[in-house]
Amino acid sequence: MASRPHHILTVTVENKPGVLSRVAGLFSRRAFNIFSLAVSPTDDDRFSRMTIVVDAETAPLEQVVKQLNKLIPVIKITEIAPGDGVERELMMMTVQATAEVRPQVTELASIFDAKIVDVGFEALTIMVAGESDKLDAFSDLAKPFGIVELQRTGRIALARVARQPTRLRAVKAARA
Amino acid sequence: MKLTGAQALIKSLEMEGVEVMFGLPGGAILPVYDPLIDSSIRHILVRHEQGAGHMASGYAHATGRPGVAMVTSGPAATNIVTPLCDAYLDSIPIVVITGQVAYSAIGTDAFQEADTVGITMPITKHNWLVSDVNDIPRVIREAFHVATTGRPGPVLVDFPKDIANQTMEWYWPEKVDLPGYKPTVKGHPKQIKDAARLIQNATMPVILAGGGILKANATNELRELAELGNIPVVTTLMARGVIPDAHPLCLGMPGMHGNYTAVTSMQKADLLINLGARFDDRVTGDPNCFAQNAKVIHVDIDPAELGKVRRAEVPIVGDAKNVIAELIKAVKGEQSKHGAPDTSAWIAQLNEWQENFPLKYQQLDGGPLKPQFVVEALRANTPDDCILVAGVGQHQMWASQLWQFRQPRTWVNSGGLGTMGYAVPAAVGAKVGRPDRMVWAIDGDGCFQMTAQELVTASSERIPVKIAILNNAYLGMVRQWQELFYEERYSEVYLSPDLPDYVKWAEAMGCVGMRVDSADDVVATIEKANAIDDRPVVIDFRTDWREKVYPMVPAGGSNDNIILGPEFGEGGR
Repeated sequence: MASRPHHILTVTVENKPGVLSRVAGLFSRRAFNIFSLAVSPTDDDRFSRMTIVVDAETAPLEQVVKQLNKLIPVIKITEIAPGDGVERELMMMTVQATAEVRPQVTELASIFDAKIVDVGFEALTIMVAGESDKLDAFSDLAKPFGIVELQRTGRIALARVARQPTRLRAVKAARA
Repeated sequence: MKLTGAQALIKSLEMEGVEVMFGLPGGAILPVYDPLIDSSIRHILVRHEQGAGHMASGYAHATGRPGVAMVTSGPAATNIVTPLCDAYLDSIPIVVITGQVAYSAIGTDAFQEADTVGITMPITKHNWLVSDVNDIPRVIREAFHVATTGRPGPVLVDFPKDIANQTMEWYWPEKVDLPGYKPTVKGHPKQIKDAARLIQNATMPVILAGGGILKANATNELRELAELGNIPVVTTLMARGVIPDAHPLCLGMPGMHGNYTAVTSMQKADLLINLGARFDDRVTGDPNCFAQNAKVIHVDIDPAELGKVRRAEVPIVGDAKNVIAELIKAVKGEQSKHGAPDTSAWIAQLNEWQENFPLKYQQLDGGPLKPQFVVEALRANTPDDCILVAGVGQHQMWASQLWQFRQPRTWVNSGGLGTMGYAVPAAVGAKVGRPDRMVWAIDGDGCFQMTAQELVTASSERIPVKIAILNNAYLGMVRQWQELFYEERYSEVYLSPDLPDYVKWAEAMGCVGMRVDSADDVVATIEKANAIDDRPVVIDFRTDWREKVYPMVPAGGSNDNIILGPEFGEGGR
């Protein structure tokens, strides 16, 4: 998934019934593909935020953004170019972990900074957060133990914040 | 002042200046039909909900004001889906109100329940499900605002029955507050400057005028720009009449059945100035072969149209009236510095093509009646401001090609969706909106059979529209394609000229019915029809079934491969 060209759009929408349907319907009607979609409330309860990972091969991003903008409940669209944002995804996985292999499983989890959130007699449920590549790697490595169930949230992303003090940026901008 | 939801809805429509609505009552919308009795709004009772939608659309086309339709839930709502989609593709402002089952019953598969908002989401500019009686004035205000501003389009308000019966304290919102909806009206000054520079440097420019010119009421500006730069104008199917066909710079209709000069002008142009058109596939043919030598200026109020089909060197988002007015100033500025560009050689070339490749047909004495002859006879015997309405198919193309349009908003048709059956109800709507005008519909026999029942509406409401059926006993355009592209293997296209008997049918619907078989009787019958002003008239013109629409660019082909037709000899290419 990570290797194919993709764009991340964070879309601020009005928190009203049917908005998800309008956005999803637009994508299917215009033949745009969605890799992943995450919807969540924001700090302002009038708005929700959708993080949409778009398959850039199916349609030019410009068309996707323009068509999305025509939806009346869409307030704001920000494109986060690869590298310009902090992206995270959450995965929960139930993996077989009988007594013989349990130490190996827990060691793998600790390498990935994962948390064990449920423990059973023969299986563990592990939660891991990170960039999509990391989640892919973790599930590849856990596979030999036997994955019982796996679920991922889809990506969420925020634009990177400035790394310089405001004053310095102002000076640089003035020079440029 | 306390009002019920139903009263608040009707009052909101009155506040929006609605004078007339087209509709048909039923269970879920019943509460709203009661306060309608006491309202100033005229209601026209249709015979099928599809008729209500197309009437609203015809009304909007002819007047420039939003058309309003009101129907009940379930099957009524699904019956009005086609007009919504039609209006969506042609950017026609209509407001449709549908009844809905009680809010508390939604989702239970109640009697006549349909997910109207869900069904119409992709074919409306926006839609609303009213969930609180106090929202009614706000929602109606928003609905009219969204329908009529920016790129116009259809909207739908779904209105649950229990909410109609609840009460609210009346108010009228001062302004509309939609944070996610702010259409850009003014063009970017830098882009306008760049566009003027391209115009200054072009020697073979063409303006492609689209329906956006009408929506923006920009016909005067269009003409001024064309005359200022001596730039020829082609007018898309939606834009017929934006500049008079007799104007020396008007080249007429481009596209699949456009005339040779209009089609070829764009193929050869060095600059294409698209004002409010969307590069529809029926205009471009194969987009990879379309206007390959041309730089493109594209003006549209909908940013998503820019770059959707054809990349423009200078894209400009804005209202056509506003942008063209600014463009005129900028072009004048260029001309004052460098003199007016010389397009005379180009115009001479175009005039030569017009001379050599006109629209052609032959009406032989005593020969079968040619449909084109009927169109020309109608034009010659109707006033300049007569509104012409058409259905979809061969008759529509002949009407658009041969009617000499003299004024804007005199042409009402279904362009983008190609909705057969559009003409009769749209003509009724146009006549309701412009009772001072003569309204003729040119319809096909196939189209007429789809929605003819609305002539009962017209008769009972005393709406004297006139319908000319070009009866060739076929689904003519399909027959034409089967003849040309399916080796004359005719599949399910024959309709019979006599079944139904159109004259008797017209009479049964309260209209005057007449029949014409020969070219000799055409003018006299039209004159007779024109003299009737107290009821609708239907004329059954028995036309030559062999006649095909030319020129023709085969679907998906290059506009360079335009077929002129048999009148131009071998192959007509």
